[in-house]
Amino acid sequence: MLSKRLIPCLDLKDGRVVKGVNFIHLVDAGDPVETAKLYNAFGADEIVFLDITASYRGNTPMWEIISRASEQVFLPLTVGGGIRTTEDFRRMLSCGADKIAVNSAAIKDPTLITDAAMKFGRQCVVLAVDAKRNDEGRWDVYLNGGRVKTELDAIDWIVKAEQLGAGEVLLTSMDRDGTKEGYDLELTRAAAEAVNIPIIASGGAGKMSHFYDVLTEGKADAALAASLFHFGIINMRDLKNYLAERGVAVRMEG
Amino acid sequence: MIGIIDYGMGNLRSVQKAVEFLGGKAVITADQAELNKCGRLILPGVGSFAAGMEILERTGLADYVKSRVGELPILGICLGMQFLLDESEEEGLHKGLGLIPGRAVRFTEGKVPQMGWNNVVEQKSPLFQGIREGAQFYFVHSYYADTTDEYTIGKTDYYRTYASAIGRGDVYGVQFHPEKSGDVGLQLMRNFMRL
Repeated sequence: MLSKRLIPCLDLKDGRVVKGVNFIHLVDAGDPVETAKLYNAFGADEIVFLDITASYRGNTPMWEIISRASEQVFLPLTVGGGIRTTEDFRRMLSCGADKIAVNSAAIKDPTLITDAAMKFGRQCVVLAVDAKRNDEGRWDVYLNGGRVKTELDAIDWIVKAEQLGAGEVLLTSMDRDGTKEGYDLELTRAAAEAVNIPIIASGGAGKMSHFYDVLTEGKADAALAASLFHFGIINMRDLKNYLAERGVAVRMEG
Repeated sequence: MIGIIDYGMGNLRSVQKAVEFLGGKAVITADQAELNKCGRLILPGVGSFAAGMEILERTGLADYVKSRVGELPILGICLGMQFLLDESEEEGLHKGLGLIPGRAVRFTEGKVPQMGWNNVVEQKSPLFQGIREGAQFYFVHSYYADTTDEYTIGKTDYYRTYASAIGRGDVYGVQFHPEKSGDVGLQLMRNFMRL
């Protein structure tokens, strides 16, 4: 049976891992490659590297980090932040990334999704969406790390991206991000029911039951968290045991 | 030395990095003289079946791989496994290498591609030495091998039971990515290197 995935997210700033609290206060927490190795040992199913500074600073994404990580960590690696062109895709993939997350660049030029899917296969094209609830009970899409509101409706945008060639969605609730109050189950479920590609839920995890909720009621295929894992608030093995005991299919190693 | 067959598609470096991590050596090449120096061949692959086979045919690598069958162990990974079959239904019917009887057909249920970790059961091959029955590997694919039990060396459930690992003599194919399947995947790679 296909397992639900648990994904630690390494938010990177200047090549170092930081944690995000509502995208603002940043605390340094280590070397990304060492952190990734640790997560491999802890039983992470996949690792996301997000260059949180790239999309508004114009930094070059971290080819070297991915290249080094893929020499020592034999798990699916997803890279995001500052990816703008299919050449960025090619370079990241050749460095050892398996999937590439696009956010602002895909909003500005949706053909990037199609071009990348045609060239490298849709399985490696991840649409990252930062969504925030509005007064109408829907969700607006924000870009540049949540700094700029767009005219896009999050669910409509996800549906369109699937048609364009996206193979997966990394969906962050800006309302919940950093709050530890739980994932936005309504948002995740609305997205999961609208498309036929996997949804990675992100933003709001604070305790183990939140993972259970989003992987069942929220219909997510995978759940992502950052600081919760980084600071050992939740141990990945304990979390997998907790989920397995409650009937959620998770990957047990060995 | 392991020869990783370079036909211009897919993430070949990850396979090479896994071999190197295990203390082996691997060369990524399309040069038959280079491949002749290798004791094992890996046919990796991500991308479209038709485009990949077209390149393999045009470069003579298809004939080359066929000519080496029985001389050394060959492992196809993901799309590389599908190349080993007679044919694929992807984008119309296209001929494969025909090294293992069967056809690559599309999933008709569930989210497609299947993406994530899934169990491999009924393992029957030295490729799975030291790997727990039912151990999980990482999959990303829309088509699967429709073959007979005779050539099935591992099975997986995704809305149906299908052959996720196939073999015939010294020719092996795995639908999952051992180079992305953590310690279990590395064990399978290690087993292949020791065949």
